[in-house]
Amino acid sequence: MPRVLDRRRLVPNLHLIEVHAPEIAAKCRPGQFVILMPDEKGERIPLSVADWDPGRGSITCVFLVVGTATRKLAALKPGGEIPVFVGPLGRPSEIANFGTVVLAAGCYGIGALWPAARALKAAGNRVVALLDAKSEDLLYWKDRYLSVCDKVLYSSRQGGDQGPGEFIPGPLEEVIKAEAPVARVMAVGCTYLMYVCARATRPPGIKTIVSLNPIMVDGTGMCGACRCSAAGKTKFACVDGPDFDGHEVDWEELFARRQAYAGDELRSLCRYEEIELP
Amino acid sequence: MAEDEKKELNAADKARLRAGFDLDWRRELRRSVPVKERLKIGRLKMPERPAGERNLDFAEVNLGLAPEAAREEARRCLDCANPLCVTGCPVAIDIPGFVKLVEAGRFAEAARKLKETNSLPAICGRVCPQETQCEEVCAVKKAAGMAVAIGNLERFAADFERSSGAVDIPPVAPPTRKKVAVIGAGPAGLTVAGDLAKLGHDVTVFEALHEAGGVLIYGIPEFRLPKAILKAEIDYLRRLGVAIRTNFVVGLTATIDDLRDQGFEAFFIGSGAGLPGFMKIPGENLVGVLSANEYLTRVNLMRGYDFPVHDTPVPRARTAAVIGGGNVAMDSVRTAKRLGAERAVIVYRRSRAEMPARVEEIHHAEEEGIEFQFLAAPVRCLGDERGRLRAMECLRMELGEPDASGRRRPVPLAGSEYTMEVDLVVCAIGQSPNPLIPQTTPGLKLGKWGNIEVDWATMATSLPGVFAGGDIVRGGATVILAMGDARLAAARIDAYLGR
Repeated sequence: MPRVLDRRRLVPNLHLIEVHAPEIAAKCRPGQFVILMPDEKGERIPLSVADWDPGRGSITCVFLVVGTATRKLAALKPGGEIPVFVGPLGRPSEIANFGTVVLAAGCYGIGALWPAARALKAAGNRVVALLDAKSEDLLYWKDRYLSVCDKVLYSSRQGGDQGPGEFIPGPLEEVIKAEAPVARVMAVGCTYLMYVCARATRPPGIKTIVSLNPIMVDGTGMCGACRCSAAGKTKFACVDGPDFDGHEVDWEELFARRQAYAGDELRSLCRYEEIELP
Repeated sequence: MAEDEKKELNAADKARLRAGFDLDWRRELRRSVPVKERLKIGRLKMPERPAGERNLDFAEVNLGLAPEAAREEARRCLDCANPLCVTGCPVAIDIPGFVKLVEAGRFAEAARKLKETNSLPAICGRVCPQETQCEEVCAVKKAAGMAVAIGNLERFAADFERSSGAVDIPPVAPPTRKKVAVIGAGPAGLTVAGDLAKLGHDVTVFEALHEAGGVLIYGIPEFRLPKAILKAEIDYLRRLGVAIRTNFVVGLTATIDDLRDQGFEAFFIGSGAGLPGFMKIPGENLVGVLSANEYLTRVNLMRGYDFPVHDTPVPRARTAAVIGGGNVAMDSVRTAKRLGAERAVIVYRRSRAEMPARVEEIHHAEEEGIEFQFLAAPVRCLGDERGRLRAMECLRMELGEPDASGRRRPVPLAGSEYTMEVDLVVCAIGQSPNPLIPQTTPGLKLGKWGNIEVDWATMATSLPGVFAGGDIVRGGATVILAMGDARLAAARIDAYLGR
C-alpha cells in the first residue's frame, strides 16, 4: 500500500498530504488528479495534484476537510498507509505561451493551481495570481506563487496590506483591466468561485478555464457519476476534463449534482465523528 | 462486431474429447444405465431461496445441488460420441468428461477436468447463459425436451472442490522468464493470466480499480455471484504465480510503450466495455439518473448496500425504473428491490420475447416482485426545482419489421405519452469499449465503435505483440465469450513468445 510521507495542516481545515507514488510522480502534469480511498471502507474521492517530486517519488495534494473521506485523510499520520491512490487521471491543463494569464485561486485551488502557475511561467507567460483567502492566516503557499508569478494579488483578505478585502468578481475585474490584454484566466477553487470567475470574464470575452469538481467513483470513464454539461453536450469530467471552458459549463446542473448525496454525506460524517473518530 | 460463434471444434479438441470418450470407465458407465432410462430422468431444479426472503438481502439466490442430486442430474447425460454441447461452449470445455466424473462421484476430478480449459468454473457455472450455449444444443434436450443442467453441474463441481479445501494447483511449466502484461483483471484478463502462468510465463495483471475481477466485482451482484467465490478464483490464479497490480491505469500510470521499456514482451488488452451508454434524452443529468455501471459499482465494489458502515452512499429509491432488458438491467432492478424500493420496474422498449437477459434472471426477477413495462421507452426525465428527478415520461411502442439484430424494431406510437413518478432511473442500455487504452496507444487500429480491431483467428491487434479480447473488442458481450477470446489469445501469445 502507498505510504503517507507527510500530512499536515496548512491552515485551519486545509491539509496537505504527500504520498509515495513514484509511477504517478513520473507521469503527472499540471491539472491532473488522483483518486484515493482513505481506508478500506472509505469512499473513492478525487483530489487535484498540487505538486509532485519525481526524485522523492511523491505526489502532494491539498484538500479541504468537508466530509468523512477528507476527515479520515486529515487523521492520517506520516508513515501511515493509504489503500488506494491511483493516477494521474484526467487530461492535463493546456500549457502554452498565451501572453498574460490570470490565475484565480481559492481554498484547495491555491494548491491545485500551483503546478499550472509554474508551468505557465516556464512557457513564457506573464503570470498574475489572484489568491483568495479570508485573512492572512488562511493564506498558504504565498511564497511559492511569489517565486514564479510576475504579480501576486489577494482578494477577500481583511486587514492585510494588499487586496481590496472583497470577494471575486470585483478584484478579478480590476486585475483584468489593469493587465489588459489578458489572454486567459484559470480559476480553481470551490464551485462558487469558479462560477463567479466565469461569469465575470464572459462580458470581456476572456477565455476562462475551470477545473470541475463533480462527484466521481472510478475516475476512468467507467461510471458516468461525474457527468456535466459543456456547450450543451454531456461530458465526463474524469476523462474529458477536469478542465473545461467556464463559459460553456452548465453551472446550475453542476451545483445540483454536487449535492446529490448531501443528506447521506452528513449522516456518514455524524456517524464517523460519534463512533469512529480516533 | 463479433464474428459468428465458432461452431467447429479444432482437431486437438476433437482428439482430447475422443481420448476421454474411449476410456474404459467411461464405456462401463455408459453401459451401466440404458439410454432409455437416462432419458426418463427429469431435469432437477436448482434449489433456491424463497423469493419473499431473498429480495430483502444480498445473499445468493441459488443454493447449489446436493451431491446425490448432482449425480442424478449427471446421469441424464448420454455421453454422446460427438458431443454437440462442447461446440456450444466458447472455451470448449470437455463437458461429457466432467459430467461423467460427477456421475461417478469423482467430484474433485470433475473440477480438475473443468479447469483444464476454464480457470473460473465456479463463476461460469453461475453467470454463463448456458441455455443459449452448451445446453441449447444438448442431445437430451432434443430427445426429451430438457437439456442436461450443465451449468448447475459445473457450479456444483467447482463449489465442491472449493468447499473441500483441497483446491488443486495444476503442474506449472518451468519459468520461461518472458514477461507478459495483462491489462484489466476482468474475465478475459484473468483467463489469459491463468493460461499463460500455467505455461511458465511471468504474468502481471494491471487493474485500474482497487480490486480484481472487473465486471465480476463491480457489476454482477453478490446475490448472483458471491464475492467470496470470486476471491477464491483469484487466489487460485495468484497461486499459479500470477501477479496482480491493482490501482494501476495502463494508459495513464504507464503506457504500453512504458511497459515495453520495462521488459514486457507481450500484452493482452482486456479493458472491457467500461463506457456507459445514456439515452440522450432531456433531463438525463438530473440527480437520481445513474448509469447501471455507477449504480452497481456503488453497491457491489464500494459495498454501498452496507452504508453507512461503508462510506459510499447509494440512492435508495421508493420507485426505481431501470431502462433496458439485458442481464445488467435485471441485476440493477433486483438490486433496487433489495435496497428497499416499493416499486422496482423494468422499462423495455420491445416485448418480453426480445429481452436479451437470461431466462433464469427474468424468472427470478418476476418471482421477486419486479414489475415489467414492455413496449415503452423514456422520452424525458422531469426534475424538481433542486435538479432532482421526480418523474419520467415514456412513450408506448409497437413492434415493426425486424432490424439488423433480427429482433423486431420498436416503433413509437404517436400520442401515447404517459408519466410515471420515479425517484431513481438506472440506465442499463449497454456500454461501449472504454477509450482510455485506445486513446493512449498510438498505432492501435480501431473499429467504428471505438473497439480494438483484431484478427479473429489470433486475437492479434495491429501492434506487434499486442493482443486483445472481450468487451474492448466486442462492445458488450458475455463473460464466457470474453474467456473464449482469452483462451485463443493466450495460445497465440505463447506462440508469439516462443519465436
